[in-house]
Amino acid sequence: MDDSLFFREEHLEVREMVRDLARNEIAPIARAADASGEFPWPTVAKMAELGLLGIPWPEELGGTGMDYISYIIAVHELAKVDASHGITVSAHTTLGTSPIVDFGTPAQRAKYLPLLAGGKVLGGFGLTEPGAGSDAGGTATMAEDKGDHYLLNGSKIFITHAGVGEIFVCTARTTPGTTGRGITSFIVKKENVEKAKAVAVGFGHDDSITWTKGVRAGKKEDKMGWRASDTRELFFQDAVVPKEDVLGPVGEGFVQFLKTLDSGRIGVAALSLGIAEGAYDEAVKYAGQRKQFGRYIGAFQGISFALADLATEIEAGKLLTYQAAWLKQNGKPHKIEAAKAKLYCSELAMRATINAVQVHGGYGYTTDYPVERMMRDAKVCEIGEGTSEIQRLVIARSILGDVVGGG
Amino acid sequence: MKIAVCIKRVPDTETRIRIAADGVSADEAGVKFILNPYDEFAVEEALQRKEKAGAGEVVVIALGPDAAQETMRTALAMGADRGVLLRADAIPADVLAVAKALAAELKDGGYDLVLFGKIAADDCAQAVGPMTAELLGLPCVTAVSKLELDGGKGVAHREIEGGVEVVEFALPAVLTADKGLNTPRYPALKGIMAAKKKPVEVKPVTFAAPRLRVAALEMPPARKEGRIVGEGPDAVPELVRLLREEAKVL
Repeated sequence: MDDSLFFREEHLEVREMVRDLARNEIAPIARAADASGEFPWPTVAKMAELGLLGIPWPEELGGTGMDYISYIIAVHELAKVDASHGITVSAHTTLGTSPIVDFGTPAQRAKYLPLLAGGKVLGGFGLTEPGAGSDAGGTATMAEDKGDHYLLNGSKIFITHAGVGEIFVCTARTTPGTTGRGITSFIVKKENVEKAKAVAVGFGHDDSITWTKGVRAGKKEDKMGWRASDTRELFFQDAVVPKEDVLGPVGEGFVQFLKTLDSGRIGVAALSLGIAEGAYDEAVKYAGQRKQFGRYIGAFQGISFALADLATEIEAGKLLTYQAAWLKQNGKPHKIEAAKAKLYCSELAMRATINAVQVHGGYGYTTDYPVERMMRDAKVCEIGEGTSEIQRLVIARSILGDVVGGG
Repeated sequence: MKIAVCIKRVPDTETRIRIAADGVSADEAGVKFILNPYDEFAVEEALQRKEKAGAGEVVVIALGPDAAQETMRTALAMGADRGVLLRADAIPADVLAVAKALAAELKDGGYDLVLFGKIAADDCAQAVGPMTAELLGLPCVTAVSKLELDGGKGVAHREIEGGVEVVEFALPAVLTADKGLNTPRYPALKGIMAAKKKPVEVKPVTFAAPRLRVAALEMPPARKEGRIVGEGPDAVPELVRLLREEAKVL
């Protein structure tokens, strides 16, 4: 993709900086963080310091004052080296922060955005429940109106940053039922479970936050990939949420998170694209180093054609992703384009990493090379923030409308 | 503290260089240009000195084509206050001409310190810094890997073959920065945004007739493939024989 299609000079500078950061600071620790599953506080703190946790938000809101394309560039570049760092930025920005930017009152924005967009603490988004995945209308967490506050009971599952984050937007049912109607968003706050580590790096905890009583993080999920990203359950047990922390109108939660997820998909598309490109780069490098039968393996068509296909598909993925980002940035409808970019790039990430491992042969199956990690990291891109099946449904409905049906 | 940092736009050290059709220059097509890596140490040092002093100004000065402004933006994004581009279509091979242009710009600037990188990654001349110092009549310390400033005086460490040389000097002075002096910062995103608004003054420069020109540019000869002479202790006699008779290094 030619840079001049979507990028201006400052975009190239952002790309350069994030690329340097990823290569010099993150690549050297990615394998160890994957193996231990520990949250990489020093590098995440570094990203916060450089402004990577508030890229698309205006400076008045505490952000960096750059644009959405800059944010997508950052996620793309980080994921080339390590998907976990990519999802940390992506989940914090589009899932954790954007609902408050989009739906918050001036008071809520003034209170929470300097902490989130300013890169002081991590945020997250609590939508998925043990019994409500793709069918988010099946949300069962209840919010009972108690006059000046709501009482929340239930749990959320697979929540990025549930342990290491402090501010969350969560959905709960304010009207009984099993559909999207009657779901409301709430802002809840809980203390970082790794507070000591956060304090040591000077990022990730803020004493000024008033914690929501009755909110607790569960144990960390032991995942196939994205292992250096923090994923846990979030429990609400008679959680007391004051009415000032209701986000947007009561009953509008479903409409809100659909909008949040539309944009989130562009982030996951960029992340997937990064994984695909990172794996492809490794495969190209290896194909030019490894000799078998007296030739570089890249000289065999079995290898070179696979790489030619990937190069072509990565080009297509870039165009889909950056077009969706451009639409979003310019305030144009982007729901379908985001779904297409996410669907294509996440499946491409899987293909690219499988092929990269294959190019590396037996070595690719060991942790001496990063491609096996990339392959494990790729899989969840086809699942998180809307499965590939849901993306196909979104796209199919846009083509066939009522024929496909809404149910 | 007012500090000038003279920077250069050079091809990325990871770029594969091709020689242009004229046979005397590098083909710039598709080449990525960066801030000379040693100049990054100079910029970082200037910023740290200013931060430590609590006041002052860091001015970056580049000589080269308009495109050098992009390189300058990196230094401005790191935190330098303003830039001066001495605009020339090409950087002369005669390094004294470059030094003269820089000295003319620096002469009345009132700088306490003028910093350079110790070597440019492209021509490796290591000459412009010391020449500029000479033209300005200022003390010059090259390849500084540690620096202490105290009032009007400074102490610089230079890593020399097998040891460290400690040099005292009076300010104002010209220093060239070596690796180890500091760890250059990444430009923060806010810095990148702020750099767009920082002033860059463009001043055309002209040079006297060049006294030297590049006659030819050649790629280093392709390295021959290595040879495995054997394995373990049995291979030693053969290796010694080859080193003596073929490579003639023993």
